[in-house]
Amino acid sequence: MNIVVLMKQVPDLVEELEVDAGGTLLDRAWLRFITSEYDDHALEQALLLKEQHGGTVRVLALDMGEADEMLFTALAKGADSAVKLSGDFATGIDSHSAAGIYRHALEGASFDLILTGVQAIDDLDGPAGAMLATHLGLPYIGVVSGIDVDTANGEAHVRKEYPGGLLAEFTVDLPAVIGIQAAMQPPRYVPISRIRQTMKTASIDETAAQGERIAGAISVERMYKPERAGSATMLEGSADSIAERLLDILTEHGIGR
Amino acid sequence: MHANILVIAEHLKGRLSGIVFEMLGKAHALATETGGGVEVLLMGHGVRALAEELGLASRVLLCDHPALAAYTPQACLDVAEQVIARRAPDLVLIASSSMGLDIAAPLSVRLGVPHVSSCRDLRITAGRAIVTSQMYGGKMLVESHLDLRGAIVSVLPGAFPEDAGRIAREAVIEALPVEGLDAPHMRFTRLIEQSGTDIDITQTPVLIAVGRGIQNRENIAMVEELAAIAQGAVCASRPVVDQGWLPMTRQIGRSGMIVKPKLYMALGISGAPEHVEGMKDAELIVAVNTDAQAPIFGIAHYGVVADIADVVPALTEALRNAHAPA
Amino acid sequence: MDLTAAPFLGIPEYALLWALSAVCIGLFALRIAFFVRILRLAKPESRLHHIGKRLRMVMTDVLVQPRFFDRTSAVHAIVWPVHLVIFWGFVCYAVTFGWSLVKGLVPGLPIPWPEEIPIVATLVDLFGGIVLVALAIAAFRRYALRPRGVKRTVDAGIILVLIALVMLTSLAGAAAGIAGRGEATPEAWLPFAGMLAGLFTPSGAPALQHAFWWSHMGIVLGFLAYLPYSKHFHLLASPFGVFLGQTDAIGKMRADDSAEVEGRFDLRDFTWRELLTPLACAECGRCDRACPSYNSGEALSPQDLVHGLKEHVLAAGPLLLRANGGAAALRPAMNGAFPPDAVWACATCASCMEHCPVRNEHLPLITRARRRLVSHGAVDAHLRDTLTAFARYGNSFGQSERARAKWTQGLPFRLKDARKEPVDVLWFVGDYASYDVRVQNITRAVATLFDRAGLDVGILYDAERNAGNDARRIGEEGMFEMLAEKNVAALSHCTYNRIVTTDPHSYNTLRNEYPDYGLSAPVVHHTELLLDLVRGGALRVSPLSIRATYHDPCYLGRYNGVYDAPRALLRAVGVELAEMPRNRRDGYCCGAGGGRIWMEDRPGSGERPAESRVREAVALGDVTVLVSACPKDIVMFQDALKTTGNEGALAVRDVAELVLQAAAAFAPAAQEV
Ligand SMILES: Cc1cc2nc3c(=O)[nH]c(=O)nc-3n(C[C@H](O)[C@H](O)[C@H](O)COP(=O)(O)OP(=O)(O)OC[C@H]3O[C@@H](n4cnc5c(N)ncnc54)[C@H](O)[C@@H]3O)c2cc1C
Ligand code: SF4
Ligand code: SF4
Repeated sequence: MNIVVLMKQVPDLVEELEVDAGGTLLDRAWLRFITSEYDDHALEQALLLKEQHGGTVRVLALDMGEADEMLFTALAKGADSAVKLSGDFATGIDSHSAAGIYRHALEGASFDLILTGVQAIDDLDGPAGAMLATHLGLPYIGVVSGIDVDTANGEAHVRKEYPGGLLAEFTVDLPAVIGIQAAMQPPRYVPISRIRQTMKTASIDETAAQGERIAGAISVERMYKPERAGSATMLEGSADSIAERLLDILTEHGIGR
Repeated sequence: MHANILVIAEHLKGRLSGIVFEMLGKAHALATETGGGVEVLLMGHGVRALAEELGLASRVLLCDHPALAAYTPQACLDVAEQVIARRAPDLVLIASSSMGLDIAAPLSVRLGVPHVSSCRDLRITAGRAIVTSQMYGGKMLVESHLDLRGAIVSVLPGAFPEDAGRIAREAVIEALPVEGLDAPHMRFTRLIEQSGTDIDITQTPVLIAVGRGIQNRENIAMVEELAAIAQGAVCASRPVVDQGWLPMTRQIGRSGMIVKPKLYMALGISGAPEHVEGMKDAELIVAVNTDAQAPIFGIAHYGVVADIADVVPALTEALRNAHAPA
Repeated sequence: MDLTAAPFLGIPEYALLWALSAVCIGLFALRIAFFVRILRLAKPESRLHHIGKRLRMVMTDVLVQPRFFDRTSAVHAIVWPVHLVIFWGFVCYAVTFGWSLVKGLVPGLPIPWPEEIPIVATLVDLFGGIVLVALAIAAFRRYALRPRGVKRTVDAGIILVLIALVMLTSLAGAAAGIAGRGEATPEAWLPFAGMLAGLFTPSGAPALQHAFWWSHMGIVLGFLAYLPYSKHFHLLASPFGVFLGQTDAIGKMRADDSAEVEGRFDLRDFTWRELLTPLACAECGRCDRACPSYNSGEALSPQDLVHGLKEHVLAAGPLLLRANGGAAALRPAMNGAFPPDAVWACATCASCMEHCPVRNEHLPLITRARRRLVSHGAVDAHLRDTLTAFARYGNSFGQSERARAKWTQGLPFRLKDARKEPVDVLWFVGDYASYDVRVQNITRAVATLFDRAGLDVGILYDAERNAGNDARRIGEEGMFEMLAEKNVAALSHCTYNRIVTTDPHSYNTLRNEYPDYGLSAPVVHHTELLLDLVRGGALRVSPLSIRATYHDPCYLGRYNGVYDAPRALLRAVGVELAEMPRNRRDGYCCGAGGGRIWMEDRPGSGERPAESRVREAVALGDVTVLVSACPKDIVMFQDALKTTGNEGALAVRDVAELVLQAAAAFAPAAQEV
């Protein structure tokens, strides 16, 4: 079972986000990066599968944010190798271009499964994993929260989440790309000492990112913060008029139908 | 320039999702504005009855095939690609849902058209689509402009009013041939209903939470009623769980569950940090509390200074009326 | 009289005594050798410094045994005198036994029998009688009163009977002696034997006396052989345990010495002193009764942990010895001896250690197990999130470090930035004091007091990190090191004379553990500093008239012995103090320590420690305020006030809040906080 995991760094929402002077990008001066939550789950799922079936886990990431820290942490958790694709990603990268780079890096490689987060908080043009599957001509299923691999038949049984607590089960021929919503166990904790040790003993393979950037397909004209006051909008009046207002608000948000 | 818009429908267990009507209503308005038309692509097997519900569209394109009986990403992707290539719409709307997420981005790669996700608002001005997307967990809005050359937009559920798409009108249905679904690499096997002893509140989009302000066990019944009508579940702060009024699986907060529902309604909860930690990332937070100074109002989007006993029955009633067939 | 000179079945009795002694002492020695060999497998640890202190510990804890005095109830309080009498009786009998044995083994040795010396005979008689009474009380307590947490094992019964028999055979022998002497004046005063003498006829007495002597010797020799195979090995091990007890501050944890051997967690991962702990355990249950988690019905019993380790030593030790330390004998100690639920339930309050009569050390065992669990990533989801937050943001709240000094906003004066200008006192604020909205008021109160007193004080602003005290006690040693390194690095760029902290957990590690990382400045708690300021007149106060009770935070009290400063400070501002029954070294933990405050609630546990504590304060009846000096306490007790329905009955306050109240009259006109 050889698994490739695509991981990426996204802005950490713990810090206030600000828009830069150009008005279309986040202000990088205040940004701090964190591993995309779903990618952490993808890694965990890969490690679980490795524990079950043997094989290797190889992590791929673009050189953005704290990519080194993320990759060393993945190695400390049990990944076998880590590849950092370097390039100029100072202002981020769209998913279409990222998918192109991954395609280049993976063409000709041998693997049984590619796992990645189903989405990320900054995927304006959609999840790169789904696009990569198209590039590689592999099947793709996203929003998956459970995988069992049948190595004998070269297939995986995956469970995809639907609204209302429903799960749909699919059988997918391998190799395939899976967009992970949640691993079958919460991502494991890895002690600091192990990460520090890994930084001393293991290494990250670094190669230049290749594949043309598909830019400009969407042009961002404006980025701004939603009006969301620090404190609540207070509703006043009689119980019935408040109820009516609440009903409108819920309807506006598509709730309660 | 008139915009022809294609909406891709989705359905589950014999029902069209609400988002389909949201998209249809919006598409209809935009098409009317620009003098274009709306087509809905409906894939499935034996789903003509559903097509009948989509009368607002200029035309319902019905792809009926046994291989489409249950949603399967690969099959839907293939069919949608064929249809889009053939109909060449100016704009394609897909739900930003479990199903839509699988196909929107691959379609954009296959068809070589742009794709914008998480749309919360959509306009057409001067021949371009202006899409407002919700990014970074809702902390930023991003406005992007697209040429109307088949761009794909993934629409967040709840972005547009659903009623606008539910206008009853006789549907124009055109059955399209379906080809090339013979050697699938992906097969649907079954639907699994979450069983288990208690519902998983981390997966429930609507949560009505009660705190000590509920005062006694009996009062929880009225909140259960509200939750049922809002299709949500009741959860609680720790003191309520400590009392044994609700099971531990319903406790929100540091020592309970961490949730991110679409709606979190906090009834009689003061907003202690341990509690807030479990629910602060909810998309919409509504707080009801008799104390105007309660810290919960600091993180809620909407606040009501009132007694639970007054607000809850009134809201239940209002929701019930809204549901009653007009 | 030579008791062993005559032959028995043709063999001289002294020869029989030689044989019996050889067998019993041999069995005894074998077992001791076994334990010594096991301890030698374990890791090294140095326990021979502070000899003077060690001898003092032995003098008190072995000879006087004050730790046996358990105030919590009469049924426990009685144990101290009872045990002391039995102990000293035992010592007396051990001496006379050894003496008799030598005399019996070597007939004709030119020394008298012990009983031939009047004063010795009287002592033996008196002890015999008093010990029998004490044994009866002990048995009554254990079997009739059946106090909670006291086990009724077979072992416990056997020992009571054996000691009684030792005493009885001795007394009966003496009684037979009196009877045999007939009307002759007694050589010594033997009140108890005298009472029994009437049971014997003068003619049969000598033979009986002989028989009693033999049974006495036989029972004691048998006892000797049985002892190290039973729980009563503590009789022998505990004096060593006390002598080799911890003499350093308990707040200083040893660094992680576990080699990163995947999958191995067995005896060899412990130090010899840690393995001595279960051998010295008397199974008295004091640690359980003192343990807040145990009392709350959590999965933890410190006694069981210690006992589990003993069973592990007994089961795995022989295998390991036979395999000569080879991998074949691998028998992991986790799960069996250290169930994770129990290990995580500990609030590291050190109450168990403080109350253990043989100075056993539970916490090093628990930390060892925790470190092992952490190294496998086996932490619950909430703890994982907290640890991740420590790593990323340096605080448990998962908030940006940039928000650390947000609480200073709105102060009517400027608090110096110690990174930019020299200060006299550097204030290490701590996480809860900085980030928790319920505690920030207290932090601002402290700042106001410092300002009023004209103290030259500054803080580290964004550069402060969680001090790592609790991370270390969670078993995440690498995290502690990282946090400590960052804090020490930040401090090394500042100029200051001493450190004050509002957080007892930080206080503990800054004071006891940071010196290993290069910190040399003195560290004080804010109550100590405020006391100086009030006493020195820098802070003027007018007395309050409040009746309050004070809760000792574990990391201030038991860990660092700061019991008096907060109390003196409260009195100095006119607070009338009432003590809760559990105060000072008996102080009852709020349940937040050791990372407990960040762990998931488990269903089915009983009254939380903080609730028990709040009820204790309310039960005093006439106090209106529960005062503490630790931010985590404030959070825990405020919560417990709600859950116990005592919000109206009691207010929870930090000492500093009361001081500020008392100083209100002297506030500059423009300043009101
Ligand atoms: C270590 C630790 C872990 C904790 N973990 C959790 C946790 O996981 N989850 C959790 O929830 N708590 C947790 N707590 C407890 C937390 O600190 C608070 O005590 C708790 O959240 C308070 O619950 P509450 O808001 O329901 O009650 P309160 O704080 O008592 O608030 C009740 C509110 O109801 C309002 N009210 C009263 N009557 C009415 C009425 N008729 N109509 C409307 N409003 C009314 C009042 O104004 C008040 O604001 C934890 C505490 C600690 C110390
Ligand atoms: S330290 Fe405290 S909580 Fe832990 S075992 Fe000892 S008494 Fe119990
Ligand atoms: S560890 Fe100490 S307190 Fe606990 S049972 Fe043993 S001797 Fe008693």
